[in-house]
Amino acid sequence: MEIDRNTDTIAAVATALSDSGIGIIRISGRDSIAVADSVFQTKSGRKILLDAESHTIHYGFIKDTSGEILDEVMVSVMRAPKSYTAENVAEINCHGGVLMMRKILQRVLEAGARMAEPGEFTKRAFLNGRIDLSKAEAVMDIIHSQNEFALASSVGQLRGKLSEQIKELRGEILYETAFIESALDDPEHISLEGYPEKLLGRVESLLERVNRLIQTADSGRILKEGIRTVIIGKPNAGKSSLLNVLLGEERAIVTEIAGTTRDVLEEYISLHGIGLRVTDTAGIRDTEDRIERMGVEKAREYAQKADLILYVVDASLPLDGDDVESMSLIGDHRAVILLNKSDLESVVSEEEIRKFAAEHAGGPIPDIVKTSMREGSGIEELERVIRNLFFQGEISSNGEVVITNIRHKEALQRVSKSLTLVKKSIEDGMGEDFYSIDLMDAYRELGRITGEQVEDDLVEEIFSKFCMGK
Amino acid sequence: MPEIREKVDVCVIGAGHAGCEAALACARLGLETVIFTVSVDSIALMPCNPNVGGSSKGHLVRELDALGGEMGKNIDKTFIQSKMLNVSKGPAVHSLRAQADKAEYSRAMRKVLENQEHLVIKQSEVCELLWEWQEGEDSGRDRKKITGVKTYTGAVYECKAAILCTGTYLKARCLCGEAITYTGPNGLQAATHLSDSLREMGIQLRRFKTGTPARMDRRSLDFSRMEEQFGDERIVPFSFSTDPESIQKEQVSCWLTYTNERTHEIIRANLDRSPIYAGIIEGTGPRYCPSIEDKVVKFADKERHQVFIEPEGLHTNEMYVSGMSSSLPEDVQLAMYRTVPGLENCRIVRNAYAIEYDCINAKQLYPTLEFKAVKGLFSGGQFNGSSGYEEAACQGLVAGINAAMWILGREPLLLDRSESYIGVLIDDLVTKDNREPYRMMTSRAEYRLLLRQDNADLRLREKGYRIGLITEEQMEHLRKKESWIQQEIARLKSVRVGANETVQNFLEAHGSAPLKTAASLAELICRPELSYGILGEIDEGREAFARSVCGSKDFPAEVIEQVEIEIKYEGYIERQLRQVEQFKRMEKKKIPEDLDYDQVPSLRLEARQKLKEFRPISLGQASRISGVSPADVSVLLIYLESHK
Repeated sequence: MEIDRNTDTIAAVATALSDSGIGIIRISGRDSIAVADSVFQTKSGRKILLDAESHTIHYGFIKDTSGEILDEVMVSVMRAPKSYTAENVAEINCHGGVLMMRKILQRVLEAGARMAEPGEFTKRAFLNGRIDLSKAEAVMDIIHSQNEFALASSVGQLRGKLSEQIKELRGEILYETAFIESALDDPEHISLEGYPEKLLGRVESLLERVNRLIQTADSGRILKEGIRTVIIGKPNAGKSSLLNVLLGEERAIVTEIAGTTRDVLEEYISLHGIGLRVTDTAGIRDTEDRIERMGVEKAREYAQKADLILYVVDASLPLDGDDVESMSLIGDHRAVILLNKSDLESVVSEEEIRKFAAEHAGGPIPDIVKTSMREGSGIEELERVIRNLFFQGEISSNGEVVITNIRHKEALQRVSKSLTLVKKSIEDGMGEDFYSIDLMDAYRELGRITGEQVEDDLVEEIFSKFCMGK
Repeated sequence: MPEIREKVDVCVIGAGHAGCEAALACARLGLETVIFTVSVDSIALMPCNPNVGGSSKGHLVRELDALGGEMGKNIDKTFIQSKMLNVSKGPAVHSLRAQADKAEYSRAMRKVLENQEHLVIKQSEVCELLWEWQEGEDSGRDRKKITGVKTYTGAVYECKAAILCTGTYLKARCLCGEAITYTGPNGLQAATHLSDSLREMGIQLRRFKTGTPARMDRRSLDFSRMEEQFGDERIVPFSFSTDPESIQKEQVSCWLTYTNERTHEIIRANLDRSPIYAGIIEGTGPRYCPSIEDKVVKFADKERHQVFIEPEGLHTNEMYVSGMSSSLPEDVQLAMYRTVPGLENCRIVRNAYAIEYDCINAKQLYPTLEFKAVKGLFSGGQFNGSSGYEEAACQGLVAGINAAMWILGREPLLLDRSESYIGVLIDDLVTKDNREPYRMMTSRAEYRLLLRQDNADLRLREKGYRIGLITEEQMEHLRKKESWIQQEIARLKSVRVGANETVQNFLEAHGSAPLKTAASLAELICRPELSYGILGEIDEGREAFARSVCGSKDFPAEVIEQVEIEIKYEGYIERQLRQVEQFKRMEKKKIPEDLDYDQVPSLRLEARQKLKEFRPISLGQASRISGVSPADVSVLLIYLESHK
């Protein structure tokens, strides 16, 4: 079912590279206008989008569920087939910056849209005949790279508490479903007498755990604001180049937000659904210059609060006391060491920097990536490493699992919905076979987070756990 | 040397449950058909359990009947006990199961075959398939094409299509402990030559195994130590063409007893003498009907296992010991059976045994059940890697219909997962890498709320009619039923009852909450504690409406059943219908037979290999192949769209 989702309604931040701070959230699909309508109203509180003519633009507000105004927006309505995707399209033009855009997107998703897959608008445009054939291969490539990426970054292949929790939830759901199914298949051997009451308790416990995970996402600063990332290193090591390369990445969504202080510019970069708030710092070096010293102090301060430290080392120069200083900033932060200028004659080897890190970093040895900002090499590897550090969807703070990925949150919300339906079926006294419909839906959604396929899990479980048959 | 040479349309090889349906379908569609069997006395033999139907298998039989198959009618003629399973659960999992009089079942089916026009029965072992190369037409790929079959005696039957329904007979061997015989089931002659001919044609074979428990002499059993199991009071027929009144009859009982720790001890102590545990059996056995050895080993913490003692027929003393199939040696079998209450003095008539046989991995077939590599060659039943009489019969029918459609130049019958269990069965067989004999289970059907046994006629009758296996009269009956259901549902949704005293009293009497405002009758039916029948008390217009529509004061029971289910489960049904809509879109996207997957850029290597191996007919089928990801399917979709 997942493969053909062309009829449903999708939404994403349409990536507009502009420094005006204005962003567009695009919604496409059969119900896109209805979805936009449900989150939008005019100044006088009227709902007008459903009846709006095609190619019109409307001024009003997006409100959150409690009726609080989120942002002042313009919404344009384009009806099929005269739109980019040839479907009904609504675009919300907002100007609240990146954080606000994420909030609005969240509202749109809650209103019934689904987060678009990378390349999905284009794919739809193509399938609906809006893009000519010469672009077909480009679309296929986008999907292909997404595929490779999904496989590499799925939680199932990584370790971590979230992955464990999801697997535990899945295991329990599968067990209960297999029990019901084996009883349905072999009613004379396996009885369901008194079972619904037991299941009710178990479903309630599952529901509680899923909802708790969802709440962590809601309170999760990282999901809302992005990963606080600080680039450190000696002057001229390539820090600004790194920022520029990251910004220049085609797949990165870039906008700008003014930082909390005027002297630091924060850049917002989105790597496949995770936001990075990157702060470039002044180079770290021992200096007498008062102004520069202040910059260095600032860098230390940022590094202390960072979720991620990118430490750029100039491989063409020997390591010195300034590097010791930089390394000590890492502590037990998540960090990546970039061995930059790897295209030049290098003085610092990977082995050496590893030893150096063991000695001075004061925590686990960070991943090391060889880069050349000049040639733009090593950036993909860097992205991969960052994704591994964060993309499994959890940041554990104080041992708590926190959901950081908006897709994961979306999936968990569907799990919660399915489990609620199971509960309702039990309470309504429906036949046991009805429970497994929604239990399996929940199971599949959890699988989307861990990247595991369902296939014949159920049949396997039935045979391995329950004694069937003649 | 003079030889017999005949010309027919279709050759069906094997006269088990698949072969019978295949042959009948072809002959009924007017094609000259020969059905080969190693023994005419074993037509429609039931070599294992003495029943038809059961959970999800009951669905299969009803679907088969809706399409114009024979099994449902035949069991209606010959059952000796009948039971609707899972009645306490939702309607989707209600399933019919009947105990058969095995000998009568076989005889009745033989009679149908013998009296079928255009059908000839031939007792002979087919040893060779005859074929020729056919140049690729549209596909550009050369394919083999079937031209005939050759028997052991050298007779040649030229044909346009052949259907392999060889069941468990190919290179069969039976194992009972250390004793091995090279026979088919029940000591019948095995077919030892055909495998080589198939291999020469490039068809890949593999070995599967299955097993059956002992049969005992009824007089040696003590039924006072067992629990009696009765049939249903009101018997529901399998066939939509059988008048329920005509089959209400005296039924026989089955009996329930249990194994115990002593049984398990004996088994454990003798495991080294089991051919499976000793490694003599190489074939893969089914996990869903495990031998008692398997149960004891795999579920070691279970203190007892159920044993059902079922009669094999009215005119025999043989009793089938369900739940205790085994391939242990004779002496161990006897010792182990005698630990079971009621079986202390049992005499074994036939020993339990395991059987091993050649079959195929059905990924070599299209969903029409035609071989991808050989035009005109079809196959059905256990030969395709399934298990069970019902699974076999359904495949036989589909293979027979599609052989006929092919010869007649008509559209093939392709059933998908959203319209039938048969569709699920065939799709699973041809799309998945099954590693054991495949049995239908209700959990395999993702749209099972729609695929109920009670509406198989509404789902499939019309297809059977278009094919030509359902009569005009049967079709007319269905059209009426359909229209009455819709009319009655519409009425129940539109008639509203007020919150007056009569209604409130009625609701109170049935433990139902009082009405606050007026409600439709349909809304009341949705309440778990109420039903169509109960609402009769306050449904004043019902009789007059029924009279005006169907000419009687009540709608027929089959109409009421549908009305009630469709109203009560409307929400769930709607949800599944929406899922089906999505599903169908992908099924409709066909992949050209000659697609060169190497030319499709951006496919992952694993997906490319799997797609080349399976050659799915639609994007829907492609998406179900393990190793093909949603992104691969998207890539394929875009490729196909841009190369139209």
